[in-house]
Amino acid sequence: MSQNHSLMDFVHRQRRGAELFLLLLALAVGIGAYAAVGLGMEGTIPADIAGYGGWLTALIVVAHVAIRLFAPYADPVLLPLVAALNGLGLAVIHRLDLDDTAQCIDNDTFARQQLIWMTLGVVLFVATLALLRDHRLLQRLTYTTGLTAIVLLLLPMVPFIGNTVNGAKIWISVGPFSFQPGEVAKVLLVIAFAGYLVLHRDALALAGRRVLFIDLPRGRDLGPILGMWAVSMFILVFQRDLGSSLLFFGIFLIMLYVATERPGWLVVGTALFAAGAFAGWQAFGHVQNRVNIWLDPMAYYDQNPGSGQLVEGLFGMGWGGLIGRGFGEGAPCRIPYAESDFIVPAIGEELGLTAVLAVILCYGLIVERALRIALISRDGFGKLMAVGLGSIFALQVFVVVGGVTGLIPLTGLTTPFLSYGGSSLVANWVVIALLLRISDQARRPVPRLSATDAGSDSESTQVVKLK
Amino acid sequence: MNKPIRTISLFCLVLFLALMLNATYLMYVRSGELTEDPQNRRVITAAFSRERGAILVGKDPVARSVPSDDQYDFQRTYPQPFKYAPLTGYFSYYSQTGIERSQNDVLSGDDSRLFVTRLVDMLSNTDPKGGNVQLTIDPEAQTAAFDGLRALGEDVQGAVVAIEPSTGKVLAMVSNPTYDPNTLASHDFGSVEETYEQLEQDPAEPLINRGTSTTLPPGSTFKLVTAAAAIESGDYDAESMVPGGSSYQLPQSTTRVGNYDGGNCGGNRITMTQALSVSCNVTFLSLADELGNEAMMEQAEKFGFNSTSLEDLPGQAASLYPEMDEPQTALSGIGQASVTATPLQMAMVSAGIANDGVVMRPYTVDEVRAPNLSLLDKTEASELSRAVSGSTAEELTDMMVATVDDGTAYAAAIPGIRVAGKTGTAQSTESRPPYAWFTSFAPADDPKVAVAVLVQASETAREEIAGGTLGGPIAKAVMEAVLNP
Repeated sequence: MSQNHSLMDFVHRQRRGAELFLLLLALAVGIGAYAAVGLGMEGTIPADIAGYGGWLTALIVVAHVAIRLFAPYADPVLLPLVAALNGLGLAVIHRLDLDDTAQCIDNDTFARQQLIWMTLGVVLFVATLALLRDHRLLQRLTYTTGLTAIVLLLLPMVPFIGNTVNGAKIWISVGPFSFQPGEVAKVLLVIAFAGYLVLHRDALALAGRRVLFIDLPRGRDLGPILGMWAVSMFILVFQRDLGSSLLFFGIFLIMLYVATERPGWLVVGTALFAAGAFAGWQAFGHVQNRVNIWLDPMAYYDQNPGSGQLVEGLFGMGWGGLIGRGFGEGAPCRIPYAESDFIVPAIGEELGLTAVLAVILCYGLIVERALRIALISRDGFGKLMAVGLGSIFALQVFVVVGGVTGLIPLTGLTTPFLSYGGSSLVANWVVIALLLRISDQARRPVPRLSATDAGSDSESTQVVKLK
Repeated sequence: MNKPIRTISLFCLVLFLALMLNATYLMYVRSGELTEDPQNRRVITAAFSRERGAILVGKDPVARSVPSDDQYDFQRTYPQPFKYAPLTGYFSYYSQTGIERSQNDVLSGDDSRLFVTRLVDMLSNTDPKGGNVQLTIDPEAQTAAFDGLRALGEDVQGAVVAIEPSTGKVLAMVSNPTYDPNTLASHDFGSVEETYEQLEQDPAEPLINRGTSTTLPPGSTFKLVTAAAAIESGDYDAESMVPGGSSYQLPQSTTRVGNYDGGNCGGNRITMTQALSVSCNVTFLSLADELGNEAMMEQAEKFGFNSTSLEDLPGQAASLYPEMDEPQTALSGIGQASVTATPLQMAMVSAGIANDGVVMRPYTVDEVRAPNLSLLDKTEASELSRAVSGSTAEELTDMMVATVDDGTAYAAAIPGIRVAGKTGTAQSTESRPPYAWFTSFAPADDPKVAVAVLVQASETAREEIAGGTLGGPIAKAVMEAVLNP
């Protein structure tokens, strides 16, 4: 109990000053990279550096002030990490815009659009923090968000607004705007999973048959996992989107395991997904093709569909080596979609292994911060949400970076905060806002307990001061 | 729920470590392999656009990059294309040969010795430049060799190689027919492919550097090696009496081999000096038979046969002296049978004799300089092997001088200078003309240059082909060019 007391007495500091200092470093990365692009591509520091730098700084400052106002105890490292990645991504997209070689000649305004998307992302970030003062309010919306997510996932299948890009049916177009509903759906799914699991965790945690030291779940509890598995397989089969399929099912599995503390679920889930993926590999040419290319990318270089994109990325990264060619000295435009799925090879080519490792580390830190928030969070719903949101980054980065570096078969997913693409950027800013909200709740000093209750089971009798 | 969260943390750690390890493996360990992949157009496109260093002969570039206003920033040009093509090679979008290939790292600026320059370029944001390569070639000698060979006809097939005996520096290396590397370095890739196809299929093989890559029977010039082996055996010297006569009965065979001109070499017993001077086949057939295959091979290898020695120019073919049976060994004494040599090899034989019996390793790259002209590397002369003792070398030199003064190699005589030389006329099949060889060095008492000339095919009438008349004047011109600059 005395230990419990000291734990209760420990108060997290706000650390907003540290966050501001880290943000200055992040801005140096973003604005410095923009200046370096100008120097490398055109020989001078861009004329609009003040305007660009000012805008970027303003966005970051607004986000920082919003945290000070609405979530003063929130984690101080997340926002700087995101600011650095977003700034670097903007600079690299701008560099690709400036390139006039044949493959890149068409995109000239991607960076400008991305900056607009970032602005929208920051607006939603601030709005989320300002309007959602307690993440537990979301628990009420468990089934609403779940249903919305399913609808969003189905939207690309609807005639007229659905849009097929490169074989994947994951886009919808309304007028001039196109949008990837899956990016929003993944956030909604995490909220729905967290709400559902925190209610049903006890039932799902009941042990069934014991096989090889692992308690397998009871057969009657398999309903939810089978349902989610069906959704994943549906995405795999009908939308031809291996990456999203893996991402959604992976997040669900991780959250289920965390909620129930039963490794048995991992065994069941992995087996289910492996069986589904194997069946998909058997049945679909495009899946076999991906695997063949992964096994021997060089052999498919000249074929169609082939590995030209992947191999050009590998060549680019190999050429970049340890410190990279420098902005303007590489040929990232040889890689189709260098500004979206293949932005990591574009970074590797011109900024080298050093930058690639730095980027991976930044993502690693984001995941680490998210899991730390989950650990210190005081409510089950918050824990599950933080784990789920952190897992989105972990799985998504692993799938896309692993794919473009040849570690695993390539599947299309955006690289959070770096890739060009509005839906993904905006959704990820909201994810960060949600994580900061949970973190603020978790790090905030515990409301004083009345003296008579002190020493009793604090967890069950805690009085939460409601505003 | 904290225990599974910690497990998930470890799982994520493994994922990210795997990503970082894989990225390191890809971008650091496999970097070189990927860069050299033939499908990788990125590297060649960049190299093609870069300001490549110059290849210099004397003070003049024989290959340099000039600004270009098309999609690539620079165009490789060769100011004296035909004369220097066998050395420079070409730099095309598809491949490189010659010095362009062997010194590619320096010329492109990728060499590790240029690291500091590259770093400065990167920091100052200037485009990287390549370093310069200074060749050992003496422009006068090269011109003399090229003009001399071309004087036999535009289409003559042959080669000239000149070496500085004391260092191994290649002073001249000419091959004909030749080609224009400018046409292959063009940015019009369609025409490049067409030209390449044409050159590749030309039966005269213009892309081959005959100085280092063509091996043919060396004929009578190989008698120098036979004589060297005989004297080294200790049983002979320049004045020893050796068998002469008009024909020689090959061992284990009914074939009799006569002398080139059908003569009797001046008697049945003649001195070794006279035997070399008149290029007496009978003498050297019997000497080779007496010395045996093993001793002959050993001597040939000491001069550089059965191996390659030129490291800075790609494509050197090994000159061969293989194991042979007795009649073949006898024939090898006059440079027939399975003995083959490149012009470079025969120049090395002369150079070895000239340099007191020591063969120096031949080289074509003298200096490598950074773009700012600071010296990065200078090739040090190094000993390849001791072919014969100093006294043997002296005796051979006197015999070769006699060959020029009173014998078959008179065409190379330079007034006022003692010249040492040896002719050769190698038989091939009946259907085609013999190969004319000539090798010499001068001045005999302080050798500055050793030359080998091969005329493989020319428009000269068959009966007039002899090493002395075809090759002698060319060798003389090259030696004069070196001695009287």
